[in-house]
Amino acid sequence: MRGVQPDATPRGSTSWMDEMGKALATDLDGSFPHLVEQVGRRIYWGLRRLCGDHQEAEDLTQETFIRAYRALSGYETERIESMTVEPWLWTIALNLGRNHLRDRSRRPLLVKLEESAWEDPDPTDGAAWDRRLSHLNGHQKTAVVLRHVLGLGIGEIAEATGRPEGTVKADVHRGLNKLRELIEEES
Amino acid sequence: MSIERALESLMGPLPDGVSEGIALGTGLAEGYDLYESPVGEVVVTFNPEGVSSVDLADEAFAERFAGRFGRRLLRAEPPRAWGRHIPEAIDAGTPGQLPVDLRSVTPFRASVLRTTATIPKGEVRAYSWVAAEVQRPRAVRAVGSAVATNPVPLIIPCHRVVRSDGSVGKYSLGGPHNKRLLLEEEGADPDWLDGLASRGIRVMGNRTTGIACHPTCRHARRSKPENLVDFPSLEAAGEAGYRPCSHCRPR
Repeated sequence: MRGVQPDATPRGSTSWMDEMGKALATDLDGSFPHLVEQVGRRIYWGLRRLCGDHQEAEDLTQETFIRAYRALSGYETERIESMTVEPWLWTIALNLGRNHLRDRSRRPLLVKLEESAWEDPDPTDGAAWDRRLSHLNGHQKTAVVLRHVLGLGIGEIAEATGRPEGTVKADVHRGLNKLRELIEEES
Repeated sequence: MSIERALESLMGPLPDGVSEGIALGTGLAEGYDLYESPVGEVVVTFNPEGVSSVDLADEAFAERFAGRFGRRLLRAEPPRAWGRHIPEAIDAGTPGQLPVDLRSVTPFRASVLRTTATIPKGEVRAYSWVAAEVQRPRAVRAVGSAVATNPVPLIIPCHRVVRSDGSVGKYSLGGPHNKRLLLEEEGADPDWLDGLASRGIRVMGNRTTGIACHPTCRHARRSKPENLVDFPSLEAAGEAGYRPCSHCRPR
C-alpha cells in the first residue's frame, strides 16, 4: 500500500527497513546489495523526477550508494542499527544533487552491451510531470516528490532535508497548489 | 485523477545497469577488460583503488578469479582517471602511474611485489636479492611464494625474478616458456642467463671502472666484453678489488 494513505505506514520506516539497519551493521558487504535492490529504484525515480534526466539520475543514484557504502564502512555498529536508512540516503542524494557532482572518472563504468536497444522505463506521462515540477522552487519540488511520488512521511522528509516538519508540510501544500494551477493553465 | 494519484504512478523499474554500476563503484564487484600482451590476450580486473589482477584470457579465467578473489566480475571500462595507463603498464612491464591494488595479499608479499616492480626492463634479479632488498635476507622461500602468487603479473614484472643461482626458473602466467618469451622480448636472453648459471657466474666486474654488477645490469651490458671479468659471487669480486654497482646493487 502507498504511504500517502493515512492508515499506511510510510515505507521508509517499515519493518524490513529496521531489519536492513541490523543487517548492514552485522554484514555490510553481504547486505548492501539487498539495500540497493530495495531502495535503489526509489532513489533513482525520486532523483529522476527531481532532475528530469535519466543520465544524471543514474549517475547521482550510483554516487549516492557509493558514498553511503563508504560512510557505512566507517560507522560504529550502533550508529548503523539506529539510523533511518532511507531518509539518510536521501540526505546524501539531495546533497549530491545540489552540488551537481561529476565524479565518474574515479570509478569503473559498466560496459552496456545492448546500448542501442535501451528503452527508457519512464511511465508514459513522466516527461509531462517533469515539465510541471520544473516550475516549482527547489524545496517545494523536493517535498512534493518525496511525499507523493515516493510516499515518505513528513517526519522522514524533515530528516532528509534538515527542514522543520511544519515547513515541509507547507512546502508540500504550496507545491501541490502550484501543480494544480499549472494543470488548469494547460486545460 | 487527482494530482496525488498521478504523482504516485511516476516510478518505473530500476533501469538496467544501475545496481551493477554501484557494485563496481563500491568495489563489491570487480570490473574487467581484455588487453593484448606479449603472452597473448590477458584479462585485467580493477576496482576504484586500482588494478587488482592480471590473468590469461582463457575459458577458465572466471573460475580462477572466483576461486582466488571470491567477488563478482562485470565487464567494464576502467576508471577514466587512470584506465589509459593499463596498456602502458603492460608494455613497460612496470606500474608507472597505474595504481595497483595489492589488498588481496599480505603486507610482506605486497612489499616483495613493490620491490619486484623496481627491477628495470631487460634486467633480472634473484629471489635472494629481493629478500635482501626487503630487509628479510633469510626469507628467500617466502619471497619465492610471494612472487609465484603475484596477482598482477606483467604489470609487476615477476618474470624478472630468477632463481638464486641465476637460472630463469618457473613462471605462474601460463608456464616457464612465457617467462623466457617475456625476457627475450626485453633483451634479456634466457639461454644466456641459464648458461651463466650453469657456469656459476653471478657477478661481472668492469676492469676499467672497478665496478661489479649483475650480469644483466645496464652498466655491465654497456661495457666492452673484453673489459668484463666473471665472478662466482660478490665476495669474490670484492676480494679482487671491485666495488658493487650502486644501480643494480649486487648481493
